[in-house]
Amino acid sequence: MRDDEPNVPEASVSRRAFLKGGAAATGALSSALLPETAEAQLPVATTPDARRTMVEMRVNGIPYRHEVPNHTTLLEFIRGDLKLTGAKAGCDRLQCGACTVIVNGRNIYSCTALAVEVSGAEVTTIEGLAKDNALHPLQQAFIEHSGYQCGFCTSGQILAAKAFLDRHPTPSEDDVRLAMSGNICRCSAYKRILESVMAASRAMPV
Amino acid sequence: MENFSYSRPATLRDATAQLGKEHGRVAIIAGGTDLLGEMKDELAAPARLVPVRHLREMQGVRTVGAGLRIGAATPLVDVVENRAVQEQAPLLAMAAVKVGTPAIRNMGTIGGNICQRPRCWYYRNNYPCFKHGGSACFSALGENDFHAILEGGPSFIVHPSDTAPALVALGASARIAGPGGRERIVPLDAFFVTPRQDVRRENVLQPDEILVELQVPNAPAGSRATYVKEMVRETWNFALCSVAAMVTLSNGVVSDVRIVMGGVAPVPYRALKAEAAIRGQRLTETTAAAAGAAAVEGARPLAKNGYKVPLTQATVKRALLSLA
Ligand SMILES: Cc1cc2nc3c(=O)[nH]c(=O)nc-3n(C[C@H](O)[C@H](O)[C@H](O)COP(=O)(O)OP(=O)(O)OC[C@H]3O[C@@H](n4cnc5c(N)ncnc54)[C@H](O)[C@@H]3O)c2cc1C
Ligand code: SF4
Ligand code: FES
Ligand code: FES
Repeated sequence: MRDDEPNVPEASVSRRAFLKGGAAATGALSSALLPETAEAQLPVATTPDARRTMVEMRVNGIPYRHEVPNHTTLLEFIRGDLKLTGAKAGCDRLQCGACTVIVNGRNIYSCTALAVEVSGAEVTTIEGLAKDNALHPLQQAFIEHSGYQCGFCTSGQILAAKAFLDRHPTPSEDDVRLAMSGNICRCSAYKRILESVMAASRAMPV
Repeated sequence: MENFSYSRPATLRDATAQLGKEHGRVAIIAGGTDLLGEMKDELAAPARLVPVRHLREMQGVRTVGAGLRIGAATPLVDVVENRAVQEQAPLLAMAAVKVGTPAIRNMGTIGGNICQRPRCWYYRNNYPCFKHGGSACFSALGENDFHAILEGGPSFIVHPSDTAPALVALGASARIAGPGGRERIVPLDAFFVTPRQDVRRENVLQPDEILVELQVPNAPAGSRATYVKEMVRETWNFALCSVAAMVTLSNGVVSDVRIVMGGVAPVPYRALKAEAAIRGQRLTETTAAAAGAAAVEGARPLAKNGYKVPLTQATVKRALLSLA
């Protein structure tokens, strides 16, 4: 899907104009895709090609800076540019959840978000969950309760559950069913996914 | 997906200046959940995208006077969770939480939700129908299970948005910005257009205009409201039919009522006859059923969507009874 485009002579925007745009964009924004701070969020026009942009984002706490064609999706950026392959490409259309990542605290489908639009944001992928060689309680619970069969949907399931549990630490089973309803499991491990998330919610500090 | 130019406009004025006079060449991107799907499916191939989510005047919920101002680029999740929305216009929160899945609501904005393009499968598969500038409607004689029973023709799309019927019921208006700082306010019941008015578009927005905010009057004091949505499964689907209903009872009698339906017509459909049938009545099995029957008066189902007539009738009845 990505093809590097030749230079096109288009009105390129100065760094100054971007900075102004950034300054207008501060504030208490809770939206998932919105960058949290003014300075971090600037896609910088370092190139004369208006169809490429320097993207900056922190992924699992590590800052990255990469120039990409504008039509690069967040999933392509994470898997292709950053070589973090935990997020999977499934339907490519917001319909399965295999590509789920967390952006500024909210779970999103990375297959249908643009890397340039997420520039400046804080991203968490499955690779960022374990700390100091200790698995996250959700990862531990999915192992103990066999919350998967083939495992293709699992990184998405765990991240959707994490974004939810971080806001709703003591959910009911029905809450979890609804919260996880955007993540399909072709192996139909739903019962055990539910058990895993409930077990994790009990194990996680509130 | 074709590549495109992209730069974040500093102000709303800069954003409108980036838009052109021609539909499709330049596209506004909010959450991108509909637009990027269209671009992947080659239904849209804009040369430039104009992002708007960072623009301050398009974000968040404010209380102004006796109503709410909701920035068009506010994500649906923030509409659902907003205290002022829950208290002053609960119908909108009830409808917004029914959109898609949690991740769709985290990504999609309320402005994008009411401006989303139709889901007709011929349209989405790029058949050369009226919507694409062609001279036929393939659904009329083809697969029309999910199409319009009211106000259809020459295109039989249904309006897919869940928030739109709620906003129309609440009497909301759209604040729209055009080039050079020009602005206009359009009541939402005049914002959506039927295929007879303009078969290629679903609303009055011009190519160089941006929906900036929704102005939502507070629900009338003492009113009760509900949003009932029928789907082929319990979640994550567009409405087969939906009903946004708001009533005010005085001494047990309906003194004020709004009934707006989604999923049955190319626009959010205000069921004026159903409103007239229930106004001045008590909410009982009999009166609610009569309102349900009035709601589908004039329905002209196609070959495969006849089920929508009794479904809509029953949904209106059920919605009203739940408010008794
Ligand atoms: C799997 C799936 C399930 C879904 N289920 C539902 C459902 O149950 N109910 C429902 O209501 N919707 C549903 N949707 C649709 C979804 O809610 C919309 O795609 C979303 O709300 C659009 O918002 P957005 O901000 O992502 O819009 P975008 O994709 O950014 O924009 C949508 C369109 O509106 C235009 N636009 C956006 N903002 C503005 C603006 N401020 N001014 C002028 N034009 C603008 C864009 O140019 C584009 O044409 C579903 C979508 C998917 C993919
Ligand atoms: S209903 Fe509308 S979008 Fe669908 S085929 Fe007919 S004209 Fe095209
Ligand atoms: S790959 Fe993104 S939702 Fe399926
Ligand atoms: S474990 Fe195979 S898809 Fe879920």
